[in-house]
Amino acid sequence: MGASCRIALDLPNPLPSPPPAYHRREEKSFCPMADTPLLQLQKVRKVFPGVLALDDVDFSARRAEIHAIMGENGAGKSTLIKVLTGAYPRDGGRMLLDGAEISPRSPQEAQRLGISTVYQEVNLIPSLSVAENIFLGRQPTRWGRIDWRQIRRRAQAAIERLDLSVDVGRQLSSYSIAIQQMVAIARAIDISARLLILDEPTSSLDANEVQRLFAVMRKLRDEGMAIIFVSHFLDQIYAVTDRITVLRNGRLIGEYPTAQLSRQDLIARMMGRELADLDVQLQQEKTGGEASRGRPLIPSPGTPGEGQGGGRAPGLSVTQSLLRARGLGRSGSIQPFDLEIDAGEIIGLAGLLGSGRSEMARLLFGIDVADSGEMEIGEKKLVFRHPRQAIALGLAFCPEDRKTSGIIPELSIRENIVLALQARGGLFKSLSRPRQDEIATGYIKALGIVTPSAEQSIANLSGGNQQKAILARWLAADPRLLILDEPTRGIDVGAKAEIQKLVLSLCRQGTAIIFISSELEEVVRVSDRVLVLRDRALVGQLRGSAISEQTIMKTIAQDRPAEVAQ
Amino acid sequence: MSPQAVLEPVSTTRMRGGAFGRLHLWGKLLWPALALAILLAVDGICIRGFFSVSIVQGRLTGTLVDIFRYGAPAMVLSVGMTFVLATGGVDLSVGAIMALAGAIAAKAAMPVSLNGMGMSPGAGIAIALLVSVLAGMWNGMSVAWLGMQPIVATLVLMVAGRGIARLCIGAANVPLSGVIWTALHNPHLTLPTAPVIVLVVAIVAGLLTRATSIGLFIEALGGNPVASRYAGVRVGLITFMVYVFCGLCAGIAGMISSADVMIANASSTGMYMELDAILAVVIGGTALTGGRFSLVGSLIGALLIQTLQTTLIYKVPIQQTLVIKAIVVLAVCLLQSAEFRRKSIAVCARIGLSRTRKAAAQVAS
Repeated sequence: MGASCRIALDLPNPLPSPPPAYHRREEKSFCPMADTPLLQLQKVRKVFPGVLALDDVDFSARRAEIHAIMGENGAGKSTLIKVLTGAYPRDGGRMLLDGAEISPRSPQEAQRLGISTVYQEVNLIPSLSVAENIFLGRQPTRWGRIDWRQIRRRAQAAIERLDLSVDVGRQLSSYSIAIQQMVAIARAIDISARLLILDEPTSSLDANEVQRLFAVMRKLRDEGMAIIFVSHFLDQIYAVTDRITVLRNGRLIGEYPTAQLSRQDLIARMMGRELADLDVQLQQEKTGGEASRGRPLIPSPGTPGEGQGGGRAPGLSVTQSLLRARGLGRSGSIQPFDLEIDAGEIIGLAGLLGSGRSEMARLLFGIDVADSGEMEIGEKKLVFRHPRQAIALGLAFCPEDRKTSGIIPELSIRENIVLALQARGGLFKSLSRPRQDEIATGYIKALGIVTPSAEQSIANLSGGNQQKAILARWLAADPRLLILDEPTRGIDVGAKAEIQKLVLSLCRQGTAIIFISSELEEVVRVSDRVLVLRDRALVGQLRGSAISEQTIMKTIAQDRPAEVAQ
Repeated sequence: MSPQAVLEPVSTTRMRGGAFGRLHLWGKLLWPALALAILLAVDGICIRGFFSVSIVQGRLTGTLVDIFRYGAPAMVLSVGMTFVLATGGVDLSVGAIMALAGAIAAKAAMPVSLNGMGMSPGAGIAIALLVSVLAGMWNGMSVAWLGMQPIVATLVLMVAGRGIARLCIGAANVPLSGVIWTALHNPHLTLPTAPVIVLVVAIVAGLLTRATSIGLFIEALGGNPVASRYAGVRVGLITFMVYVFCGLCAGIAGMISSADVMIANASSTGMYMELDAILAVVIGGTALTGGRFSLVGSLIGALLIQTLQTTLIYKVPIQQTLVIKAIVVLAVCLLQSAEFRRKSIAVCARIGLSRTRKAAAQVAS
């Protein structure tokens, strides 16, 4: 305490030269005794082979405050959090908790000190019950035996604190990812945390659940807890946080009160350039290539021939469709649906969490086998029994959960990229090593995957770069229909825009794309046609100028299936 | 992110990344190779004439030659086992398949009057290898298509294999004879046959996996079966194939092992060999959980185990051999664990630090 006081006094002028926004807010009190942050990082540094992940970063989390950490891919957010939680040892700098220096060497140690974390991917054990998960590793005992009654009671209390209605005796995996996430938060809160870190907790929650989470966060904040919140959703950052720290390329850009930082400024600081540029670029991509098809970014009602006639260019409507599904369905998964996809078309799938978007994709790609209906591709009529059949006919699928079903963590980026191409070639055909290198480095460049080399393990990449590598895997196989399930989940604004741009340029080359996303704004932006799903059934289709967030939401809310603007 | 900002790190650090990658590959082989070198050095000092190799009656002889010769069955087994472990599976039945193959070969070559099939020894060996492949197919089918756990699926043959072998020859053991067996046992050549067979098997296995994309598929499957399936890898077929190949390797190992003693023995041939093979693969740097594999590593692992065995026979009373073997294996495995190395370095550093602090305190006072 005394030390921090002295430091504050010793500084002749706490603000040296660069622009004022780039500085930590000046403390109002003369000696900031009462206002000492709960947790302070000073000049923290972390080095990985070939990468300076954190470059003398200062950070502080105050009591009764929700603090956002923002940054693009590779900005150092995840590294900073891992240093905070002891998952990585820091290579330099100091870390003070309540004014005392700490160096947690493991997440468990950090937890004992009062720093609890809920990660982006749920880190619980699916086969155990909710209650067991909440108390795992710290089960209360009585007479040397685990006190199940107490576990149940306290787990129930922890769950109720989040206003959830969950049977704590049921197996965790029987609940949705969203509920599992809430259970993880309940666990973190129950470990009497002083500092709660939420790393992308909202990426798999629907709007209601997000609101519920925010209510809990505000309640905890008002109780005096310090909360660090990492999210890629700007709306959520502005809805719930009090303060924002921005990182870029491992460096601290600045710390700002949320109310005083406009979105435009925030994005500019995160990306090092103006969002306006990006929108212009996107618009150029979209309108520049093929003026006849594709809507402009901002729908202009005056444009003739747009939207009303079904949104398809005259030249393309004659050609036979790429894929046609008739009454394709699977009981318990998705109700039978009809679908027609043309070459070079982008079809967005919109709907709430659990509405059947991913299920539809799994059926189309042969991961789940349809029990009704059939598909027609070219001359062939069939139902896929496994993904290999779909791949052979030119389909490709980037799954929603890239950690469990996308990347192969042990293998290099090169091997991950060439895998699908090799698999299509069969067992005995092998691409020569120079050819593999050429493909891998080509896509690393083209998609801007940030890595020192193609031989790095893919596990070392950040989420957005992993996603790009999985995209590269499929692009290398040159698909006719690419299914993207939440391709932009958990990745930052810049990479998001890059992936959207890529989708648009692919469709110009004639690749059809099915684009699944929870972010309506994104679906509206890229799609030529939007299929709306609700409760595991296709409930409507929107085309051309009929596509907007409002119409999609209206379609979801409608009572019976509707064809809008056909 | 601007294109320049993205591309710059790629071009400037590629060299470093490449060098790091190579170093990493080396690192996996480094520890087992180092352990083997240390063991050999200790042997060279403690056992007189350990490294001396001479030609006696036109045949290469010496302790090193014996290590290669008697280590051959384990080396062949470890080649097959490497792929099975790399897919995240395990094959416990290899020892039993060795015994079964020996028994089949003997049975086929026995005269009809003795309830045999009266074939030539060469045909007997061919049939034995065929049966090993069938045994591998059984394992592969159970794991790949019937969805059985590898341990359980292969446990079936581990128990049943020896029983079938015993039924086949109707006795505990049967002597083997014939030119082909003599050639396997002790050829009229400078080189012993067994190590040559190991070499051939290893080269064929290496070519089969690394010159095709099968190696990549095995590693992908072991690393993440779900993602591999989504990427179009023939997960079932690959799984099936590794067990079949492992069965074939077990058959070959069975032939070498039987030829060593010129007896087909249903109970002692290949006893506990499955464990040696698994150990060799793990020492060689392939994880039991699957993923990256190293054939050379597995061969080094098998050689290490055999060298240890030989050393123990020379130097250690028979009662203590198993304990010493366990200690050495533990030491190698600890050396291999990056976690252990990191922690021990940290402990050493802390001890060093406290010493310097004490010294400084003394100087100060």
